[in-house]
Amino acid sequence: MADAPAPSFAKASPLRWLVVIIPYLWLVLFFAAPFLIIFKISLSDSAIAMPPYEPVFEGFGKLGDFLSALDFENYQSLVEDSLYLAAYLSSLRIALISTLLLLLIGYPMALAMARAPSTIRPTLMMMVILPFWTSFLIRVYAWIGILKPEGLLTVALQAVGLLAPDQQVEIYRTDYAVFIGIVYSYLPFMVLPLYATLEKLDGTLLEAASDLGCPPWKAFWRITFPLSLPGVIAGAMICFIPITGEFVIPDLLGGPETLMIGRTLWVEFFGNRDWPLASAVAVVLLLALVVPIVIFQNQQQKVG
Amino acid sequence: MKSPMLRMLALAVSALAATAAAAQEREVHVYNWSDYIDPSILEDFTKETGIKVVYDVFDDNSLLETKLLAGGSGYDVVVPTGPFLQRQIKAGVYRKLDKSKLPNISNMWPEVMTRLAKYDKDNEHAVNYMWGTTGIGYNIDKIKAVLGDTPIDSWDVLFKPENAAKLKACGINVLDAPDETFAIALNYLHKDPNSKEIADIRAAGEVYSKIRPYARSINSAAYINDLANGDICITIGWSGDILQAKKRAEEAKNGVKINYVIPKEGTYMWFDNLAIPADAKNVEEAHAFINYLMKPEVIAKASNYVQYANGNLASQQFVDKEILDNPSVYPTKEVLGRLFTISPYEGKSQKEVTSVWTKFKNGR
Repeated sequence: MADAPAPSFAKASPLRWLVVIIPYLWLVLFFAAPFLIIFKISLSDSAIAMPPYEPVFEGFGKLGDFLSALDFENYQSLVEDSLYLAAYLSSLRIALISTLLLLLIGYPMALAMARAPSTIRPTLMMMVILPFWTSFLIRVYAWIGILKPEGLLTVALQAVGLLAPDQQVEIYRTDYAVFIGIVYSYLPFMVLPLYATLEKLDGTLLEAASDLGCPPWKAFWRITFPLSLPGVIAGAMICFIPITGEFVIPDLLGGPETLMIGRTLWVEFFGNRDWPLASAVAVVLLLALVVPIVIFQNQQQKVG
Repeated sequence: MKSPMLRMLALAVSALAATAAAAQEREVHVYNWSDYIDPSILEDFTKETGIKVVYDVFDDNSLLETKLLAGGSGYDVVVPTGPFLQRQIKAGVYRKLDKSKLPNISNMWPEVMTRLAKYDKDNEHAVNYMWGTTGIGYNIDKIKAVLGDTPIDSWDVLFKPENAAKLKACGINVLDAPDETFAIALNYLHKDPNSKEIADIRAAGEVYSKIRPYARSINSAAYINDLANGDICITIGWSGDILQAKKRAEEAKNGVKINYVIPKEGTYMWFDNLAIPADAKNVEEAHAFINYLMKPEVIAKASNYVQYANGNLASQQFVDKEILDNPSVYPTKEVLGRLFTISPYEGKSQKEVTSVWTKFKNGR
């Protein structure tokens, strides 16, 4: 059956072409085109004008003049000022630590959900998704109410006597608050892919391991964890990539010394009105995230 | 109406007509600073003119500027501060005001108009809404406990590291508005507050980096409540904000007593102004709104509410006595002479300011 020739109508059918083209069209429209616009702005110079950069593309007639005015000055300034490198590294550090914390908290949750009786799984699933029903912004603001010096956490700790009445928790406006905010906000994105792989795991493998005298913790490391790796990788990527560019959480919960590339970008865009430099920051961030992932994917395919 | 088809058509037409009528309803889209008007003024304006006010707020000049520079902001009246106004005029953001539609402009204060003309030649694009100073707000009792009877009348209290070190425990906030803070530091160093020299900007940055280890926070909004709650004891801040903190503390009856002072070295004087973007759709209504705000009793009502001085001389008879006689809101002539303004930073100097300020904030 597998060798049977494909039905001939499929080859010529425009429908088939449409199916092939749509994903590409999607990529071009929502990824390539915006990227090219940003890349183009990153080659311009900032100016006091509307919009605040030049040259502005004014049609294909003046394409030559337009192209000759573009240069890589903004990328040079990214290298020259140590602030940008520090911000990139600090973002990657925060994203890495957060992703590890997410894995540590999310994995047991997902495992517990997958092993729970199937009757209560939908309820557990609902509980993971439920926070999405409130605005993300309001949930981060709520954390301010909890973490601020005179906030709920201080009151609670004072009430149980862990904190003297004149003491206050100093978490708000520090990196710790940023980690708490990030881990809280991204937890569902870590739990759901993990749950999806763990739920499909073949339980008979574990039974076999047990029959052959393998203790549960060893069975976990030799069977469950390796088989759940695709979920681990998916969850880690879904969290790590947006956390690196995160702006809202560090801005609301972080202190003045919390350095992240999202904030640097904001300052360039709003404070300096330097759209070209802000665009250069964005392009470098994108490349820094996409290139390693593409290489990784290629490696995986070769291995597979 | 024989067929259902026709009936549908008629329905559609009448619906369209209704939409058109709604579009005819006059509107003005205003973008102002947060907590910066007595809301009843907007209702009164609608009652008097029939023009609906769509009111939206911001808390940062940069946000306003980015929206305006991107174009198509959809706003008819916006409220930029002096140096931002000047740069935006240069970028071609605003349309010239039609003075024939602003008869109330005769109520304005010549002193303020002249100072504003530095940013907007011949007052072509904007009229003043409120103005104020950037000074020191402090918690009277807490400062007294730390510094004794030393009078708080100089920037020394914050800028001398030995003083800042003593105040660390009770909490220092630095206003997050680099344009103004650099001008203030330059003035403190006996340099031209308007200097755009890189060396001067760095020298001003030094003033702040020396006190960075002692600063608890660096913000331009949360400090109002922090001061009112006693979470910080001293801050660089805007006059009206400090007075709002004072009012909130009094209302909360938490025993926090707050004072605002214009240091003797002088300080930065700022102007928030009403202007109309070039791409505004409701130009007629925008003029009507600005003209309404220049009515003496209306703008006095706003000043009484937000506790800032306005640029309207005729309104002073309607301003509450305690505000008008408060020298930190309406400074005396002598103090007025020590207040300075600055022109906008551009290109290299702007980059230097932001870079120095970002490093200061990050404590690097």
